[in-house]
Order: sequence, then structure tokens, then C-alpha cells
Amino acid sequence: METPEQIKSRLETAVPDAKIEILPNDCPVGERSLLVDPVRILAVAKFLRDDPQLRLDYCSNVTGVDWPAAEVTEKIKVKQVVNGVENEIEEVKKTVRPGFLEVVYHLYSMELKHGPVVLRQRTTNRDAEAPAISLTPVWRGCEFQEREVFDLFGIRLEGHPDLRRILMWDGFKGFPMRRDYVAPDDFEYEPTPHDEVLEQAQKHYPPEVKA
Amino acid sequence: MAEGSADMEMKTGAEPGSDATMPNGSTLHSGVDEGLRSELQKQGIYTTSLQELYNWGRANSVWPLTFGLACCAIEMIAASMARFDLARFGAEVFRPSPRQADLMIVAGTVTKKMAPLVVRLYNQMPEPKYVIAMGACAISGGPFKQGYNVLKGIDRYLPVDVSIPGCPPRPEALIHAIMTLQEKILNQKLTGPERPRHLVEGAPSEFPVPACGEHDLEPPSNPELWQPPIMTRK
Repeated sequence: METPEQIKSRLETAVPDAKIEILPNDCPVGERSLLVDPVRILAVAKFLRDDPQLRLDYCSNVTGVDWPAAEVTEKIKVKQVVNGVENEIEEVKKTVRPGFLEVVYHLYSMELKHGPVVLRQRTTNRDAEAPAISLTPVWRGCEFQEREVFDLFGIRLEGHPDLRRILMWDGFKGFPMRRDYVAPDDFEYEPTPHDEVLEQAQKHYPPEVKA
Repeated sequence: MAEGSADMEMKTGAEPGSDATMPNGSTLHSGVDEGLRSELQKQGIYTTSLQELYNWGRANSVWPLTFGLACCAIEMIAASMARFDLARFGAEVFRPSPRQADLMIVAGTVTKKMAPLVVRLYNQMPEPKYVIAMGACAISGGPFKQGYNVLKGIDRYLPVDVSIPGCPPRPEALIHAIMTLQEKILNQKLTGPERPRHLVEGAPSEFPVPACGEHDLEPPSNPELWQPPIMTRK
């Protein structure tokens, strides 16, 4: 199968105004993914499906990722003039990267028996119903998995034929798979608590037992 | 038999309290002397009480509701198939309608979305009815106990008769639970303060169905059936 670079260059000729980026992967498998701008992702998806060399006709998995706002530290070389002598000084620059949500698609080809190609799209913010583009019109099998992404991450996938909650009930508030979701405090006795459950358990011990 | 009493017995000269023992070790409260009974049986006369007959019939035709929630249901299906053969205990008649079922086997994880439906199905079953909580999830929530979407045990909405631990329990464990339930039914006295719920006037046969709230079920448990355990840690 083609490398991500090859796919990217062919995509850029097929869909000229699409912004495509190859995301690195540090894990041993090193499976890189294509990050596509939501504006043109539908055209990109159609190309990936219909291109005779790729024929990615099967979307096996759709999932979401929550990226909360994080502080990024960068080392930047800054030129400074001290007493008439120009010096290069390293400065640590701290910037806050705004949070966003990501939808990940794993694509395979049943016809050519290759894959996966990992496709990602990102929302611009982490609002309650941050918009992204649904790929159900391209791969019909995405429907339920995109509903799950909507249900658990709160990403509104534009163009989805039936966007409703699927695992939680209709009156449910919040998105449980987001990092900042706080579940109702209904801790109950646990015989062998550990880690987060231990912290929770200690909060619920009567005060005289705590000490 | 006279006076319509459920535990009217045949009058014998034998001492009271000598109960007949079933082959599986349970005791039948017929009140008939065992020696006299076997002597009479040799002559082709079978003595029994209405209570004994009634319980014997009920215990050997426990019809479960066709109802599976997760992987425990696979073990329940296996228990009803040829290898384990639940039919030996008269409990293989899985009914597709709650109106014809005596036993609800809660086999699997009860999510908060599913819990109101489980309670409603129980309410639709006619008395006398029994509940087996099968597996760690149905008993306590199991590995999902501290999660956000799994009920921490069906016992907070329904009166559970037999709990089977295991993840999932083997079909033998389910068979053991059904035998335990049979023993419980066989030993039920139909009169007196310990009579089963369906013979107590005014006792509830339906339990309130919880509603789905914004984050949890409302109410999170039925306080008449279940109270949170009190922690004493030293």
C-alpha cells in the first residue's frame, strides 16, 4: 500500500484546497495518520473510497479523542544584543494550546485487501456540540459509531442522517468520555479499593475513621 | 381435607414433626410419619398435604423468562442446552412473555438505561415470582461498579431470591441456583407469618419503576428493599 506521503501528495492534486497533515506516531508500530481539515474532508473521503489504487471501501472503526487545553513548552532561540555583542539565548516559551476534539476513522480495502489508513478530523473547540463533518454519506457503516462519538464526546457531526444518543438515554446531560466529565458521586463500599477508587473511598469514610 | 386450610394433613397417630425428606436433602412439612408413609406407599396409598403437593408442583415447573443482558446469558443458554440440560429440573421452558413466567434470571450487566425495563418486566410477571441474580454485574455492578452507566446490583430495585457469584458463572452454578430456589420453594409454609409474599394480603407484587434522570436513575434505589451498607473500618 502507498505510504501516507504518497497518499497525501495524490490527495493534494485531487482535492487542491484540502489542508492535509501527516501526524507522527511515537509508538513502536508507528502508524501515522492523515489529519484533514473538516471543510474538505467529505471530498477527501470520497477520493479515498473511489480511487482505484486505494479503494478504501470499508470503515472498520470510528472513535473520538478528547484533547483538553494544555500548556506547551517550547525552546526558542532568541537573538539578543547585550553590550553591543549579539548573542543567541535559548528561551523557554510557554503557550496554552486550546482544547479540541478529534474524530478518528480506520479505513481498510476489502477489494484490494490492504489497510488501515487512519483519517482524523478536529473540531476547533471543546464546546458542548462542537461541529465536525459526518462521513456516513461515504461509508454507511459509520452511522452507529458516529452516533456513539456524538453520545460520549459531544461532537455534532454535520450531515449525519440520524444523530441521537445511542448508549445513554435521551435525557442524559453531559458527555461521559470527555476528560472533564464528573460522574454522580454515588460511591459505595468497596472491599479492596485502590488508585482513584481509594481516593473516592477515603472521601466517604466517616471523619473519625479517616485519621 | 377439610376447612380449606392449605396445610391440612391426614390425621395419623404418628408424632408430629417427623418430616419427610426428599432425595436432595430438603424437608417436606407433611407431618406424616415417614415409616407409616412408606408402609402405606407399599400398599399403593400415597399420603400428602396440599402444601406439599402445591410446592412440589411449583418447584418442578419453574419457568424462566427469556431474558439475557450480557455474557452471562450465554451461560444461561448453555445451561438449557443438551450438555447441561436444565430440563431435568423442569426449568427449561423459557417463556417469551413475562405473563407466563415464574422466574426472572437477571443474566448480565444491568445498565442504568436498561434497569427501568427490567423492573417493568418483573412487574408484568404474575405471582408467585422469583429472581435469580446471575453473575458479578447483576449482584453488584461487578467490574463496572464505580462507573457512570451501570447499576450497582439489581437488588436495589427487585427482591433477589438467589445470587450466583462468578464472571460469568458456569452453567453448573446456574443449575445449583435453580436447585437452591427449588429447595426454597419446597420449604415455603403456606400459612403462618413466614408464608410467601404472594399469600400475604397487601404485600407488594409490583415495585416502582425508576426514571432516567440527568445523570443517574431517580430514585437511585428502592429504600424499602435496599439500604446502603454501613462501613465500619478500623
